[in-house]
Amino acid sequence: MAEIIQEEKGKGGKKKAKTHVPHIDMTPMVDLMCLLIIFFMLTTAFNKQKIMEINLPEKVKDPNAVPPKISASRTLNIILGPDNKIYWYPGTVKPEDYNNLPPLRVTDFSPTGIRQLLLERNKSLFRKIDDFKSQVLKGKIVISPDSVKGAISKLKTDDDTGPIVLIKAYKTSTYGNFVDILDEMNICGIARYTFVDIWWYENKMVEAALAAAPTSPSTNK
Amino acid sequence: MPKIKLPTKSPKIDMTPMVDLFSVILIFLMLTTTMRQQEPETIDTPFSVSETPKLDYNTLTVLLAKDNKVFLNFDNGPDTILKYRPKILTAMGGRYNIEFTPRELREFEKYPSSMGVPILKMKEFLDTKGNKERAVFQTGIPVDSTDNQLALWVLFARQINPNIRVCILGDSKTEFPIVKKVLDIMQEKNVNKFNLITNLQAAKINIEEIQK
Repeated sequence: MAEIIQEEKGKGGKKKAKTHVPHIDMTPMVDLMCLLIIFFMLTTAFNKQKIMEINLPEKVKDPNAVPPKISASRTLNIILGPDNKIYWYPGTVKPEDYNNLPPLRVTDFSPTGIRQLLLERNKSLFRKIDDFKSQVLKGKIVISPDSVKGAISKLKTDDDTGPIVLIKAYKTSTYGNFVDILDEMNICGIARYTFVDIWWYENKMVEAALAAAPTSPSTNK
Repeated sequence: MPKIKLPTKSPKIDMTPMVDLFSVILIFLMLTTTMRQQEPETIDTPFSVSETPKLDYNTLTVLLAKDNKVFLNFDNGPDTILKYRPKILTAMGGRYNIEFTPRELREFEKYPSSMGVPILKMKEFLDTKGNKERAVFQTGIPVDSTDNQLALWVLFARQINPNIRVCILGDSKTEFPIVKKVLDIMQEKNVNKFNLITNLQAAKINIEEIQK
């Protein structure tokens, strides 16, 4: 831009045709390139989309098939409710309790909400995974990065104390809640979780809970 | 002692190495970047801690927009010579007795973003020029049980490209019933493995702190 080209001062007389190296001003080119680089950096760095895998249980096509038995004491039912709320109850509802449904407890997506609940129940497995990861980081266990994942999933399959989480969604929940709850499962290292259809009595339980505590805007996340 | 006279020179910086460096960076970025595709609806993806990168090919992406419209996108496979997109469209057209001309197939092959066009309008959609004019046709893919075109698309896509993986790109505000419906349609077709597309957001937890 501001460049002073010093003129060669000839001493009058004949000017010798000096072989002058052609000088190109690169500054505008640099400006343009800067702009392009900034543009490409912004469009690439913030465009990294990730995927989260989920396996859903196969649809039972045979009406006589017996559903797998799971222990009620380890079962944790999570129902995604409206307004980013999570309703949950432990165990199962037996057919004789259909007229006297257990109340739902409510929590939210904050770290002290659902995460604390899950971690308390999944303490031993989470510790194991956490210890394993820190030992790998410190170099106490020498293992290839590829087999870390396999080793963690081995820890998960061997676990028999953590909760079995059944995730259900009430009709007014959103896709964001669905992804968030699956994300919490990954964060807390839950070994066994799945997404299932909501039961009719659970719909009723949510409606009862909604009626009991009218949603005030201040409780929203 | 004669004074040493320093010649007064105007400061001149040689920009050439800088330009060289910038060129290298620029070329690198241009080659590695994948342009953000313009989706028919703005999608506000939810966040997760998952770090698995999205696959570049063999994907069938179902787009769930805020207003409960369903869009669909699939790719040409690992090599463009495979031409999966026009093949799937031909199969789909065969079911509805619609014959697509080679020009329309080419147009469909090139179409970069998700489409939400009912198959009966597809011919008209492909014959239209210009993105604005085309947007009128993007009314979402029918998913009702009477005319479940999404199920057929998934069926043909999986017949033609057996390695295809189903991805779901949803807006965080999408209501759950439509998500459930799409998941059910997929499970009818024996797709039980889904890749949910999210943005990365790290979460750090300290178990001692939480338990206090």
